[in-house]
Amino acid sequence: MKRPAFALRYILSSGLVLTSLMAPLIPGRADDLSASALPGGDATWPNADGRNVFTHYSANMTFEKRLDFKLGEALFQRLWVTAPTRTKTADGLGPLFNSRACSGCHIRNGRGHPVDENAPGDGATSMLLRLSIPPQTADQLRDHLDGKIATIPDPVYGGQFQDFSIPGIKAEGRVKVTYQTQDVSLAGGEVVTLQKPDYQMTELAYGPLHPDVMVSPRLAPPMIGLGLLEAIPDDVLLAAADPQDRDGDGISGRVNHVWDIASGKLAIGRFGWKAGMPTLDQQNQNAFQFDIGLSTPLYPNGSGDCTETQKNCLTAPDGNDPEFENLEAHSQVTDLVLYYTRNIAPPARPNAHDADVIAGQQIFTSIGCASCHTPRYQLPQRPDMAEQSGQVIWPYSDLLLHDMGEGLADHRPEAQASGREWRTPPLWGIGRAKQIDPRAQFLHDGRARTILEAVLWHGGEAEAARNSVTLLPPSERRKLLAFLKSL
Amino acid sequence: MKIAKILGTAALVSTLGVQAYAAPGAKDVLTTYADIAHAGYEDSLITAKELQAAIDALIAQPSAETFGAAKSAWLAARAPYQQTEVYRFGNAIVDDWEGKVNAWPLDEGLIDYVETGLYGEESEENPAYTANVVANPTLVISGETIDASTIDAALLESLHEIDDVESNVATGYHAIEFLLWGQDLNGTGAGAGAREWTDYAAGDACTNGNCDRRGAYLKAAGDLLVSDLEWITAQWAEGGEARETVLEGDGVPGLTAIVTGMGSLSYGELGGERTKLGLLLHDPEEEHDCFSDNTHNSHYYDALGIQNVYLGRYTRVDGSVVEGPSLSDLVAAKDAALDTELRGKLATSVLAGKAMVTRAQGGEHFDQLIAMGNDEGNAVVQTFVDALVDQTKSIEQIIAAVGIDGIEFEGSDSLDNPSAVN
Repeated sequence: MKRPAFALRYILSSGLVLTSLMAPLIPGRADDLSASALPGGDATWPNADGRNVFTHYSANMTFEKRLDFKLGEALFQRLWVTAPTRTKTADGLGPLFNSRACSGCHIRNGRGHPVDENAPGDGATSMLLRLSIPPQTADQLRDHLDGKIATIPDPVYGGQFQDFSIPGIKAEGRVKVTYQTQDVSLAGGEVVTLQKPDYQMTELAYGPLHPDVMVSPRLAPPMIGLGLLEAIPDDVLLAAADPQDRDGDGISGRVNHVWDIASGKLAIGRFGWKAGMPTLDQQNQNAFQFDIGLSTPLYPNGSGDCTETQKNCLTAPDGNDPEFENLEAHSQVTDLVLYYTRNIAPPARPNAHDADVIAGQQIFTSIGCASCHTPRYQLPQRPDMAEQSGQVIWPYSDLLLHDMGEGLADHRPEAQASGREWRTPPLWGIGRAKQIDPRAQFLHDGRARTILEAVLWHGGEAEAARNSVTLLPPSERRKLLAFLKSL
Repeated sequence: MKIAKILGTAALVSTLGVQAYAAPGAKDVLTTYADIAHAGYEDSLITAKELQAAIDALIAQPSAETFGAAKSAWLAARAPYQQTEVYRFGNAIVDDWEGKVNAWPLDEGLIDYVETGLYGEESEENPAYTANVVANPTLVISGETIDASTIDAALLESLHEIDDVESNVATGYHAIEFLLWGQDLNGTGAGAGAREWTDYAAGDACTNGNCDRRGAYLKAAGDLLVSDLEWITAQWAEGGEARETVLEGDGVPGLTAIVTGMGSLSYGELGGERTKLGLLLHDPEEEHDCFSDNTHNSHYYDALGIQNVYLGRYTRVDGSVVEGPSLSDLVAAKDAALDTELRGKLATSVLAGKAMVTRAQGGEHFDQLIAMGNDEGNAVVQTFVDALVDQTKSIEQIIAAVGIDGIEFEGSDSLDNPSAVN
C-alpha cells in the first residue's frame, strides 16, 4: 500500500486533520467504518469485556459445535501430569517443560508478560527463550538452506530453555533479566523511556551452553482470530510481498518458507513471531512438544526437548500409550485443540466510531503504518472452515517478515527469516491486553510497557513511520494512540 | 427450615417488570440461592469433618475396619460437595477457590508410589521413578529443593507454589481419594483402586514403605480440606463476601450468576469436559473420582445440584430441607411453558444420572461404561450428555424470559486464579 502524497502528510503533521465521519478508511469502501468495528466479521464476539474478553467462541458457531469448542478449551486448560498415571490421556508432562498447561502461558488467551526483573525466582511463566546455534556441518547447512530445518538446536539444551521439570529431573536452569534504558524525546516535550532487556540463563544444570548459542526471548502471543488468519489465502500474502521493494515505498515484506510436516514440503509460514509455522495445527503441536513436553502426531517424541546429554530426561517414563496412537496428546486431542484455537473470537470494538479514534486511524494510514499493518481482508468461501468462511476481517497485519532494525533484532535466524526480521503481528485486540492481564507487555520480548513504547522501537523498514510519530503534535499522537487502543 | 427474607419486593418487582403478585422478587430468589449455597457448603464441611475424624482413627489404629470407614466417609463427603459445583461458575469467589479442593487430574507420582511396571525397566538411578513426597524427605522440583521432612498442611500448600500455574494437583478430595484407594489398575475392567490398609500399618506390617509419612500426608490433606471448606462456608453466611456479591444491586448480577452456573456446568463442564470427553477418548480414567470409581455419583449429584438451584430446594444430609422463592417461580411468572419445559429437562438429566448410578450398583462403573466397544454402556453415558446439552438450550432461554442479558456460558476458569500466577 502506498504512502499518501507528500502534501497530505504535510497537512496532517501541521495539525489539520480530516475528521469527516463518513470518510472511507480505504478509498472506495464507504461502509468500512461499521465493518471495522467487527474485526472478525460474523465471528466477532459482541459486547465482550472484562478479563475474559478473549475467551469467547466464534459468534457464528452453531450450538452443536460449541460443545467441541468447550472440549478443546478443556484440553487447552488441562494441567498435564507426570507419567505414569492412570489418566492415560492426561499424563506425559515433560520431563522438561515451560508450562504445565497451554493456558499457563496463554493466560485467558491474552498476550504474555516478561520475567519479573525483581522476582526472578518466579520463573519465565508467560514467555520462553528459544535457543539455536549456526549450522555446524555441511549437511546441517544444506538442510537449513533448503528449509528443512528452521534452526539447529543447542546440543545440550535443545531448541528452547525449559526452567520447569517433573520431580526427580533437573530443570535446565533459571531465567533472569536486566534492563538498560534510553530516552526518546517527542515533539511537544514528552520524553518516553524505552528499556532494552538482556535475558540470561543462570544456574545451568547441564553444563555450559554452546559458545555460539543464539537466544531469542519470546512472549506468549494473543490467541484470537487464528482461524481467520489461517484462512487468508497464500496468494494474497504473496501479492503483498515486495522483497525487492519494487514499488520504492521503503517497505520490503517477504514471506517465510518453512517445513510443513503434515504435507512433507515447504509452505508459507504465518504463525509465530517470525512466521515460523505454516499451519495452526503444526503451531499447536510444536507447542505441545516443546513447551509442555508432550508427544503428538506431528512430533511423536515422548521426551520432548531432551537431548543426548540429558540422559535421565530421555529415560524418564513417558505417557505414550499404544491405545492412543502411542502418543501423549493423540490426534483426537490435537484436533479438538485445533478447533478451539481456530475459533477464539476477536471482540467487537466499542469505540470504533469515536471522533478521536477515526482521526487516529487516518493518521495511522497516512503515516504509513497500514503498509505493513494491513487493515482488512475478504476471506474466501471455505466449506471446511464454516466459522471463518467468507468473512471480512480486520487483523491489521500483512503476516509478512520485515526488517525492523538493529534495536529490535534478536540476531537469530529462523528458517528464511533473518536475525533482524519479524512477522508483522496482528494488532486486533491490542487495546485489551492490560484488561486481560495488567502485566501484559508488547513486542517479542515484552520490552515495551505501553503501545507507544512499542511504536517507538520500530526501526528498519518502519523507521520513517516511527519518526513521523515522534514528530506528531501531541494532540495528533493522542488520537493515533486512541485508535490503537480501540483495536 | 429457612424462610427467605422479603427485601423490598415491590420496588424490585417493578424494576424487573414481573407481575407483582405472581412472582418473587429477585432478591428473594437470590437469598434462597445463597441459603442453599451456605447449607451445601456447610454439609460439605460437616461430612469433611467426619472424614477427618475417620482419617485420625485410621492413623491411630490402622486396620481393615478403620480403613473401610475412612473410605466410606470420603464417599459420603462427595454427595453434598458435588451439589455445590453449580456455584462454581458465575461466582468468581468460588471458582478461584475450588482448585484447592477439587482439582483433577492428579500428579499421582508426586504424592505416592505409582505402578511403574508398565513403563519399562525401573532404573534405580533415575530419580523420576521415586520422586514422591511420601517416600522422600527432600525433593527437588524444577530446581527448587523442598524440605518435606515434616508433612503437614503448610507443606502441601507450598507444593502449589512450585510450578508456574496453580498445581493443586496434590491436595483436595482427589488427593485423599488417591491415598485411600490407590491407582485403579483395572482399565476398563471392573474394580477400583485396590490399596491395602497395610499401607498405613505401623512397624513391620507396613506395606510399600513410609506408612507414617503416608498417614501424615493423608491427615494433612484432610485438615486442609476442612479448613478450605470452613472458609467457603463463611463466605456464604450472613455478611459473607459471596452472599453480599450475589445480592448486590438490582438482582441482575445475582440472577446472572445462577443462570451462568446452571448453563456452564450443564454444558461445558459436566456435559462436555467431564463426560463427553471421556466418552470420546475412551480413556478409562478420564473421569473424576477415578480411583474410587465413584464418578457415577459425582455426576449424578452434579446434575442434582443444578436442579436444586433452579427449584430453590435442597435436601440436607440430615434430611432437613432448605427452600424458598426460586428462579423457577420467577420464570413461571413470565413464561409458564418454559418453566415447565425446563423442569422436565432437569428431571430428565437427573434421571439419566441416576441410570449411571444404578449401573454402578449393578457392578458396571463409569470407566467400564465409556470403554471402547461397550456400545450399550456408551449409550447410557451419551444419554446423560444429551440430556445436559438439551437442558442448556432451555436454560439459555431463561435469559430472555427474565430479562437479563450479556450472559455467556463459559468453560472452566480454574486456571485464571490471579493469586496463583506469579
